[in-house]
This record gives sequence, structure tokens and C-alpha cells, in this order.
Amino acid sequence: MVDRNPWLNFFSHAVLILGVAIVAFPLYLALVASTHTASEIVQSPMPLLPGVHMWENYKEALLGSGKLGSNTNVVQMMWVSFVVAMIITVGKIAISLLSAFAIVYFRFPFKMFCFWAIFVTLMLPVEVRILPTYKVVAELGLLNSYAGLSLPLIASATATFLFRQFFLSVPDELVEAARIDGAGPMRFFKDILVPLSKTSIAALFVIQFIYGWNQYLWPLLMTTSEDMYPVVVGIKAMLGGGGDASVDWNIVMATAILAMLPPTLVVILMQKWFVKGLVDTEK
Amino acid sequence: MEKRVLFRSKWLPWVLIAPQLLIIGIFFFWPAGQAVLQSFQMEDAFGMSTEWVGLDNFRQIFSDPSYLTSFKRTALFSVLVAGLGIATSLALAIFADRIVRFAMVYKTLLIVPYAVAPVIAGVLWVFMFSPSIGVVAYFLGKLGYTWNHLMNEGQAMTLIVLASVWKQISYNFLFFLAGLQSIPKALIEAASIDGAGPWRRFWNIQLPLLSPTTFFLLVINIVYAFFDTFGIIDAATHGGPGQSTSILVYKVYLDGFKALDLGGSAAQSVILMLIVVVLTVIQFRYVEKKVQY
Repeated sequence: MVDRNPWLNFFSHAVLILGVAIVAFPLYLALVASTHTASEIVQSPMPLLPGVHMWENYKEALLGSGKLGSNTNVVQMMWVSFVVAMIITVGKIAISLLSAFAIVYFRFPFKMFCFWAIFVTLMLPVEVRILPTYKVVAELGLLNSYAGLSLPLIASATATFLFRQFFLSVPDELVEAARIDGAGPMRFFKDILVPLSKTSIAALFVIQFIYGWNQYLWPLLMTTSEDMYPVVVGIKAMLGGGGDASVDWNIVMATAILAMLPPTLVVILMQKWFVKGLVDTEK
Repeated sequence: MEKRVLFRSKWLPWVLIAPQLLIIGIFFFWPAGQAVLQSFQMEDAFGMSTEWVGLDNFRQIFSDPSYLTSFKRTALFSVLVAGLGIATSLALAIFADRIVRFAMVYKTLLIVPYAVAPVIAGVLWVFMFSPSIGVVAYFLGKLGYTWNHLMNEGQAMTLIVLASVWKQISYNFLFFLAGLQSIPKALIEAASIDGAGPWRRFWNIQLPLLSPTTFFLLVINIVYAFFDTFGIIDAATHGGPGQSTSILVYKVYLDGFKALDLGGSAAQSVILMLIVVVLTVIQFRYVEKKVQY
């Protein structure tokens, strides 16, 4: 600290408290709404303090009541979200580790071509090529399947670049030592490179998990049967037409809180790796 | 770029790289190629025949006033999202960098919106601003301001800008904080000894040294506003009222999946691809320049 100005410190805290209050308000309101009955919420203004119906609301959201636009319960939808997020996360990390290893540690024909082919995919998010991707997946018969939900989202090279960057910084002496000890490339990969990459893997895990869990447009188009809805799509289905009084807002908000819980926990509990991963991936 | 020591094998690298190439081949290059191909074709309503029409689709798009309006709207939207988001998070990061106590608490609370899905962000904001039940809309009404984003185009735009900025604040904040913490303390101390107050130090030292971060965030925020806000718009306004909040990516979806104009939608996709490529090239050229220093 350069100078100790109590007024400035006080002001800093005031600004941050105000900022945090504004940022947290939508989340707080959702939490409050999930503890009231639907009729309490549609009064205006709705109560701003938590109510006593939390348990019923979450039970109804989790197990489903048949009243809602969507008949599937949140447990099923959260399971779909979880499986999809895990396939995307683990799949992306696995194929990226392997291909970055090939690009950094081998010389082979068309290496630069492969490198650029992977590089180009960095640029285009799935939203841009949504309709043709949909057709391809439909032709392959993958609609309404876990493979269709996750594979197209794995096709991007962020992770490959992060690992490439990291592998290039690994000292060459390690390879020499491994070779003198008689270790082949796969042995080197498994026993030296992957353990060294642990931090990068953890960081990518956080980012990719959130990316996978929060996907919306792609699953929205891909899934026609409700039992393959990820929870994020399910919430939108509950809203139906739009934001009016006919929606069971207490259940919608309970579901929203449940849907936000896993990624929020991942971000908060793995904060250190998350921040590192975020700052590293974008280099 | 190259390692000095390499492994030797004719087949192993191909086996290693095969899964990645397979996935991007099937789910990236094939569809991207199809999009380019379709943008030069016209399909009849039943999908029975396709006809090569050259640049007709593009000509049609650019002579369509609703597309041009959507272009302008997207530009306005992304400038607002990037500008507001960067300014707010910079202010928060500057103050968070100053203080020691509770810094971790503030930081943890500020990164939570990153974990919230865009659609859920849209739902949360529409819940606050809903003309019939929204708390914020109610209090605005008490203050004599009628809020109805279902009727008022400006208010609908305001709503999606606010929700998008809220969702992106965590990201910007973390980058600014990392940038501020990497500024050498000696510089700040030297300026302090020379008599520069906090305000002066911010304008003459911290802000200029943050300019690479700011530029990077500008590009990222524009890309974010272009593409990742789909969920927010779909939940908050459905692109309405009228088409007043249907930005380019939402229009691709509306025209392709709702109106089934495949050629037109594909041509729009191609234009979007070009925009992203240009933005990425700008960013990489800038990053390279920075490295040469």
C-alpha cells in the first residue's frame, strides 16, 4: 500500500459493496422467489425477504408435478446436463492432450497443415454454423443422443492450444533423460508429461465444465424428446410464452437455483485454477 | 516453435492426432463447408431440388432492409455491452486492487455470474423487470417511470444490454485485476514519491499500462455480444418487440429454423464467419505486435 488514506479506503469498500450488491441482487431475488408460493410472487411488489415454502418448492421442482410445461423432473434434466458437460470436458481434454503431444513432440508430413486446420476451429463458435451442423448430426442419426449433444461442442481447439503452449515450455532435458532411461514416447507422455500438466488440466476442467453445462442453443435444436433436455433448456421450456403471471415462478426459480448450483460450486471451490485457466487460455 | 529433441515414429503421431482431426473434420469442416456451399444455392420449399444461384442470396440479404437494420442493431448492442461492461469492471477492479481486507469475499461474489448460463441470466433479469410482476419494474413505476419492455423497443434493448453486461462482469473484472496486479509496485511508488495522488496515478500509470488488457477485452466482449448472448435474448425478449432486439445471430436462427430460409440463413452464417475471422485476425496481429516489444 502506497498511501494510507482512510477516506479512500472507506470509499473503495463502499464502491465494492455497492457493486457486489447490484451483481448479487438478481441471484438473491431468485433465491427469495424460490421460497414463496406462486400466488405470493405475483402480488406486486413481491416479498423481498425469504418465505417458508422452500422445501415444498424444491421438492416439486426436483421430482416434477406434471403441472408444468415440461413433464420431466429436474433430477433427470440435471443428469443429462451433467453427462453432457462431463463428456465435453473429459473428451476435449483427452483429445487435446494427445494431439498437442503429437504436434509438439513429433515431426511428420503435413504437420503444419494439421496445425492450421486445428487452429482455424478456434475462430468459429457453434452458433455461427448452427444449421449445417444440425443437418450433419441429423444425417448421422445422432439427434436426441448424448453423442449428438456433446461431440459438435468438442470440435474446437482452445484446449489443444493451451496444452501446446505448455508442452513447449517443458524443458528438453526431460525428454533426453527419459530416452536415456529407455522410455518410449507413450511412457514419457503418461509418466512425465501428463503429471506435469496437472494444473492446466484442472484449469481447463473448470472452464469446459461450465461451458458444457451452460450450452443452450445447440441442445435446444438437437433435442425433441423431453427426457434429453439439459436443465438449462428445461427452464426455458417451463417459461413457455414469456414473463407473465401464469408461470409458476416459484418452481422456475427453484429450478434455476438448482441449475446454477453445480457450475457455481465448481467456480467457487476451484477458484484458483479457474482464474489461472481463464487467464491462460486467452493468451 | 519446434522442440530440439523429438521422438521418431511414422505412425504414432497420426494415431495421436486422429481423434482430434476426425472430430473437427466431421463437426467443423463438413458443416462449415456446407454453409459456404448452401449460401450459393437456393432450395425450394420442399427440399426437392437445389439450384445454383451464385451471389443471389448475398445480394438479397444486403438489399433486405431488415437485415441491414439488424446489422446496425448488433453494432449498437455490442458497443454498449463492451463499453459498459469494460467501464464497470475496470472501476470495480481498481478499487478491489487497493484494498486488503475482504478482498477475497468481494472477488468470490463478483465471479459468480460467470457460472450462470446466459439463458438463466435472461430469465433472472426478465423476472426483475417483468411489467406485471417484476420488482424493479414496480419500483420504477412508483418513481413515475413506466417500464414495459414488451412494448417499448428502447427498454427491451436496455434490458438485454444490462443482462449481458451483468453476465460478463466477472470475466472482465478478473482480467483487469490480473492486469493491475502485474503492474510493478515500483512504478506506483515512484509516482507517489513524486507527489501523484491516486487519481493521477490511475490516469497516468495504471490506465496506460492496462491498455493491452483493455484492447483484448474489447475484442472478447464484442465476440461475446455477437454470439454468446443468444440465450439472454431468447429468454428475455425473443428478439422483440417487432425485431428490435434480434441481433445477427438471433436472425440466423429465426430465418433458418423458424422461417426455413436455408440459403438466406447459410449466407448470413457465412457473413458472421467472416466477421469473426476479421476480429480474430485483428486480435492476433495485435498480440504479435505486443510480443515484439
